[in-house]
Amino acid sequence: MQWLVEPFQYEFFRTGIAVAMLAGALCGLLGVYIVLRGMSYIGHGLSHAIFGGAVVSFVMQWNFYLGAGLWGFLTAVLINQTARRTRIGADAAIGVITTASFAVGVALISRYRRFTQSFDAALFGNILGVTWDEVAVVAGITVLVAAVILVAYKQLLFTTFDAEVAQVYGVRTQWIDTLFALALAAAIIASMQVLGVTLIAAALVIPAITARLLTDSFDRMMLYAVTIGVLCGALGMYVSFYVDIASGATIVLLQSTFFVFALIVSGLRHQAGRRLAHVHVD
Amino acid sequence: MEPLVELRNVSFRYGTAPVLDDVSLHLHRGQFAALVGPSGAGKTSLLKLVLGTLQPNQGDVAIDGKSLRNQPAPHVGYVPQLETVDWNFPVTVEQVVLMGRVRRDGWLPWHSKAAKREAHAVLERLEIDHLAGRHIRNLSGGQQQRVFLARALIAQPELLVLDEPTSGVDMRTAENVLHLLADLNRQGITILMTTHDLNSAAAHVPWVVCINRRVIAEGAPEDVFTDAVLSETYQGEMMVIRHDGMIIVHQKPHHHTHRDILPDPVPGHPAPRTAARSQESAEAPVTTEVPHAVAG
Repeated sequence: MQWLVEPFQYEFFRTGIAVAMLAGALCGLLGVYIVLRGMSYIGHGLSHAIFGGAVVSFVMQWNFYLGAGLWGFLTAVLINQTARRTRIGADAAIGVITTASFAVGVALISRYRRFTQSFDAALFGNILGVTWDEVAVVAGITVLVAAVILVAYKQLLFTTFDAEVAQVYGVRTQWIDTLFALALAAAIIASMQVLGVTLIAAALVIPAITARLLTDSFDRMMLYAVTIGVLCGALGMYVSFYVDIASGATIVLLQSTFFVFALIVSGLRHQAGRRLAHVHVD
Repeated sequence: MEPLVELRNVSFRYGTAPVLDDVSLHLHRGQFAALVGPSGAGKTSLLKLVLGTLQPNQGDVAIDGKSLRNQPAPHVGYVPQLETVDWNFPVTVEQVVLMGRVRRDGWLPWHSKAAKREAHAVLERLEIDHLAGRHIRNLSGGQQQRVFLARALIAQPELLVLDEPTSGVDMRTAENVLHLLADLNRQGITILMTTHDLNSAAAHVPWVVCINRRVIAEGAPEDVFTDAVLSETYQGEMMVIRHDGMIIVHQKPHHHTHRDILPDPVPGHPAPRTAARSQESAEAPVTTEVPHAVAG
């Protein structure tokens, strides 16, 4: 059991594992709604858009969390409104708006080359450089997002299932969409330090889609997605510590392994179901 | 008496394409009406205007005397087309039904025992209580229709709006669904539905509205379903046969054979089939024309 305890003597491991587990839970929770809305690409797009916001915040000397958060929130709202009010589909709206936002960041970096080094952490994640203050921010965001999801649980479920019909039954779907956009922007900012822009999309989508393969129940899907997110966050930190590879990449690779496992289990389950059906027919 | 649903000179278009033009329509409490018309006639758009999810470009839609400008219709239960439902969504029958009482629910993420009892009572009323825990994908067409009807009923609606409730189900299930709707109507619920099935509408719905961008005619099926009205509605020759109290609607047959439409029944292999055809069958081409006696 020594190997389990040994890494905890290092401060960077203690903060790292805490933030990795929190980000895993947060992404797993929101990922369920993203996957079921068929907007898997939004995590990828929004993280890139927020990178643009982060650079703008830096140039304008705004607080990183507020600047990038507001930028991400406005981008998410813009995507929602463009997809709903125009003939452009959600995928195209994500493609156009988030890429343009990312391009703003790249353009600013190329204009002020001296900033380049500062954004490596945002791009690729720097979990080992996380401070306890940052852990507290991520914990705060996680608790807040979880509270929002609990309070708006029924409205969110109905809106995700069928937004138009939910509106008929009195759900204020515009408010729910805005609330969700806010939660998503906050989650991406919180996870940026852990995974980096390039890997956030995977952390949002893989636990949720893995959970979907394992169950037909919405509540269980949420539970599984959060559990997979937390477990991969913790395991990823250990593997990264002992094998000496980047933590963000390790976490995503572990999640991918879970996904392949779930795919096999679900395939076997379907085969067994078909065989049982044949037996019944015979 | 004030109508429950009122459309006053309503026009609606998607972009520049006109969908509904100067439509005025009333639906009184306790009425059971079906909107009929060809695809693209504006039936579903009219339903959505009544539901308040679409806003008219001109005119006004009112429910119970209150205009629906930028607000959803109150006390309405809606059953969408089954084709629009995401059947892979991870929800059970009970969860879908409970969505219908979201307006009355509190902020707690779980449902109270009373809410669950209410859901089971509605499911029992529709004779599908035993399916409460089942995933929505694992149901027959008729059961699926009943689940969404249950969701609408738990909302305690005055008005029930259904988009194509008989599409995608077999004839017997469609008949059962219409009988069920008639029962609900007898219990006091006003019903507005769309359908492509003119014969079922003629047999089960007491009031029909023929629309094709505008209201062509409305009234009891025996008055409205005539060759002239339906031909104008469907922009094609329609034939109404009245037999023993029944109304049967059919598109007037074209005076050509199947071979005129499909000259090459098996593409790439016309010769062997022609050679194999007997002299007798070659002389008696297959035709869609009905005998005179039936066409009457």
